[in-house]
Amino acid sequence: MAVATIATPAVLAAPETDVRRRSAGLTQIVLGVVALFAFGLGSRTAHGASTTFGLTLISKQGTKVPDWVFPARPVIVALALVCVLIGAARLAVQLPRGWRLAGTSVVLFCFTFAFMAWSAADPKGGERLIIPSLLNSMVVAAVPLVLGALGGVVGERSGVVNVAIEGQLLFGGFMTALVGSTTHNLFIGVIAGTLAGALMGLLLAVLAIRYLIEQVVLGVVLNLLALGVTGFLYKSLMQTNQSSYNSVSQFDSFRIPGLASIWVVGPVLFDQPLIIYVTVFLVVLVHLGLFRTRWGLRTRAVGEHPAAADTVGVKVLRLRYRNVMLGGAFAGLGGAWLVGNVGNFTEAMTNGKGFIALAAVIFGRWSPFGALAAAGLFGFTAALADQTSSLQLPIPSDLLSTLPYVATLFAVAGLIGRVRAPAADGKPYIKG
Amino acid sequence: MRLELRGITKTFGSVAANSAIDLTVEPGEIHCLLGENGAGKSTLMNILYGLLSPDSGEIVVDGEVREFTSPGDAIRAGIGMVHQHFMLVPVFTVAENLVLGHEESRGGVLGWLDRRKARQDVVEVSARYGLPVDPDALVEDLPVGVQQRVEIIKALMRDAQVLILDEPTAVLTPQETEELFTVMRGLKAAGKSVVFITHKLREVRAVADRITVIRRGKVVGQADPKTGVRELASLMVGRDVRLVVEKEPREPGAVALSVRGLSVRDDRGQLAVDDVSFDLHAGEVLGIAGVQGNGQTELVEAITGLRPAQGSAELSGRQLIGASPRTVLRMGVGHIPEDRQHDGLVPDFSIAENLALDEADRAPFGNMLMLDLDAIAKNGADRLAEFDIRAESAQTPAAALSGGNQQKVVVARALQRDPALLVASQPTRGVDVGAMEFIHKRIIEQRDAGKPVLIVSTELDEITALSDRIAVMYRGKIVDIVPSDTSNEELGLLMAGGGAEDAAADEAAPVSDAVPVSDAVPSAAEPTETAETAEPAAAEPADTVPAPRAAESPVAEAEAEPVRDATPEEAPAEESSETADE
Ligand SMILES: Nc1ncnc2c1ncn2[C@@H]1O[C@H](COP(=O)(O)OP(=O)(O)OP(=O)(O)O)[C@@H](O)[C@H]1O
Ligand SMILES: [Mg+2]
Repeated sequence: MAVATIATPAVLAAPETDVRRRSAGLTQIVLGVVALFAFGLGSRTAHGASTTFGLTLISKQGTKVPDWVFPARPVIVALALVCVLIGAARLAVQLPRGWRLAGTSVVLFCFTFAFMAWSAADPKGGERLIIPSLLNSMVVAAVPLVLGALGGVVGERSGVVNVAIEGQLLFGGFMTALVGSTTHNLFIGVIAGTLAGALMGLLLAVLAIRYLIEQVVLGVVLNLLALGVTGFLYKSLMQTNQSSYNSVSQFDSFRIPGLASIWVVGPVLFDQPLIIYVTVFLVVLVHLGLFRTRWGLRTRAVGEHPAAADTVGVKVLRLRYRNVMLGGAFAGLGGAWLVGNVGNFTEAMTNGKGFIALAAVIFGRWSPFGALAAAGLFGFTAALADQTSSLQLPIPSDLLSTLPYVATLFAVAGLIGRVRAPAADGKPYIKG
Repeated sequence: MRLELRGITKTFGSVAANSAIDLTVEPGEIHCLLGENGAGKSTLMNILYGLLSPDSGEIVVDGEVREFTSPGDAIRAGIGMVHQHFMLVPVFTVAENLVLGHEESRGGVLGWLDRRKARQDVVEVSARYGLPVDPDALVEDLPVGVQQRVEIIKALMRDAQVLILDEPTAVLTPQETEELFTVMRGLKAAGKSVVFITHKLREVRAVADRITVIRRGKVVGQADPKTGVRELASLMVGRDVRLVVEKEPREPGAVALSVRGLSVRDDRGQLAVDDVSFDLHAGEVLGIAGVQGNGQTELVEAITGLRPAQGSAELSGRQLIGASPRTVLRMGVGHIPEDRQHDGLVPDFSIAENLALDEADRAPFGNMLMLDLDAIAKNGADRLAEFDIRAESAQTPAAALSGGNQQKVVVARALQRDPALLVASQPTRGVDVGAMEFIHKRIIEQRDAGKPVLIVSTELDEITALSDRIAVMYRGKIVDIVPSDTSNEELGLLMAGGGAEDAAADEAAPVSDAVPVSDAVPSAAEPTETAETAEPAAAEPADTVPAPRAAESPVAEAEAEPVRDATPEEAPAEESSETADE
């Protein structure tokens, strides 16, 4: 019957379809060719230009590492050729999955490196790209994405789609600023922000689970609500009285002795505010929770087949409420980070980060570590756009700052291939 | 534990699924619930299990009125249930599915899972009950028969005082059914009780202590387990059921479907159908017999365009292999898929829409642009009446139908278009005796109209009753094509690979848990009647049954009526069919 075409076609299980192989191989070759002509043979790298990568993070204490200088053109051309070769190999032969993944990663690395080398190339040798600052701003950008995505993961794993991450970040940030300022205590502010996120989560849960409102639409509406409410309060309360309602201290760095002295990456990873460590800890915790504990087993069961979970005595709705609130709390913490990082709240300061976090949920295949990796990647592209904006690139910086979004599109559309959301994701559970 | 249901009433819209049902389950009894499709059996059991709340009525446990608002309450009260439609998480392993809900954890508040212990428990319980499962297999990779086994173990693991089994045997092999019966008798001996729902009347006669018959939401009576199948059937359906498939011998016409050198790979890329060739003539029913997992599913999927394949299958000269399912449909192929829930229905669509689904873009249901809603509605109403689909109206969503009625919708859609080729997999899975009679009649009508029909069934009796010729599949090959009067013994041998030693060497191994060959063969030790040869049940082969059945043989002997003419499911030729299923 016609319906039967809905059944999973057997082809999906096959090694790799020709179409997919060809498009992957061609994309890689195209990346190589772009790298070759735009970066390697372009005017920026002419006249024996050399690239300078700074390796010392100026803002933090630590040993000074000398700059890394290398001739731009030969290196970029070599990287570009690697991309082309890998793409050609992909086109020519059926590669096992592991090789395909490795190939894709190498191509992405080479292309990115070629771009960085190109952007810092200068015949006079004056321009430089400071790698540790790049990494640092990547970490800073990634934290709210990771926390937001983590919130998405716990909600969606139990079957509730959370499009309201953006709103939860925003509201969390707002409350952090408000409470942190009035109590003159950033820590209390962070707690308040986290609770505010959980409160948003509760609102989402009640409307989605109890009143069965379509979850994507609901999420969008909640985002608009958060934007409106915080915008209004910001204008009417904070803007006129910044010092008493919108000024918190910034997070202090917490230096881990020993580790923080590691070459180049030490100061970036181990001399950071506490929340960053907490974030990584939460990722590990949620991962273990999801896959090793009773809570996780039940959460995943409820997200995949709520009726089955119900028939073995799992309280489906209660678990969903809890998880969505927990997810909101994570996102609220992410919002707190945004505020504590700069010391105050600004209107609509999340600027789409919640949506990028949502993409990280999918890109990371609904797993905490996947979300961490995806958020790291998005954070990196954002950082790259940010750090190269001072280098006078021929690409307008506005365009460059769309990089994370383009990366998101590619990631969600192509690179990850077939992903399977939790089967009951977004579907309310209604008992007869 | 003594369980009492008093005046249970439940209505869905205008359908009274249960009206004032009283039912008592005594400790230590096996209580069978019989009733036609949509009678309200599953609804009643779901109420008892706390999944549905009744409009009125009460549940009394050991004299005390209880209210179950969720399955958790019922579980705590000592009730376990195996559901008609699987309640397993497909992406979980068997062990994860089995521990879900009563996870033993050692981490206290943290709830750390003890996976090793979970796995051990599963192995231990499955060994104790003789229901082997691999604790680490992903449920979605398992054949339905094994999933059913997992469901049963899941219910058994909780040590329920009352165990509800809602059509657990529909997809079990005869050996597994027998093992389940042994388990049920064991529970009974331990003073626990079992509520057992099935449409296979011979099973009822084998295990029931008491039988309650439900029709249209009301209890219509109790029956003695010694009651003959015919009587049971008419009690259930409310009229006499012709349990015989009336089929006159027919001269087949020209070759209609010609399959040559067909090879198909399964989802794991293994050769499931290996160089198969056969001809199907106009006006002929060809039955494909074989233990489940020997390539039947893939063969059907290849012919219907659902799975890529090598080789050729020509329907009146037109190639089916490589064509899209849509093209195959346009060539006039009607398909009854084996898994109605997965491949047959869009659950949220109405019955009428589901019936029009495959031809929604052509007359009479519409054209390339528009649907003709009136025509779709009218067709829905007509089919509802014709196939006796029990539903409020044709606008009812398919998901609200009882299992057997969903099956009728799928069958009706395949037959309504008067297909040039009918491919039917498990056409009567889960339907009651009345509906089975009707579906069988329609299939034979199709043949008599000169159409070719391909039937795949795990019920050997269904195959022998309907087919003109029987092709036996074993490990992806057709080991032989035999006339329909071939003895079940011979068929059993063929299905176990007899005469196909070379095929046995093939690496295209069927599903690992196929019935052991040694089990399949001896149970076929029955004389050679096909189901339509009306003859007393003299040959009730009590001696071929495993030990527990022997105890039932007096009952069987008391049965003097000419049950030999029964349709497959309840023919006392039980042992013969046991060769067939899985
Ligand atoms: N959720 C629902 N919504 C509407 N109607 C329903 C629903 N569930 C069941 N029904 C109706 O209630 C009646 C009884 O259904 P039930 O599933 O109990 O039948 P059954 O006896 O188990 O039949 P079968 O042997 O086919 O499984 C049917 O007419 C069915 O259409
Ligand atoms: Mg039922």
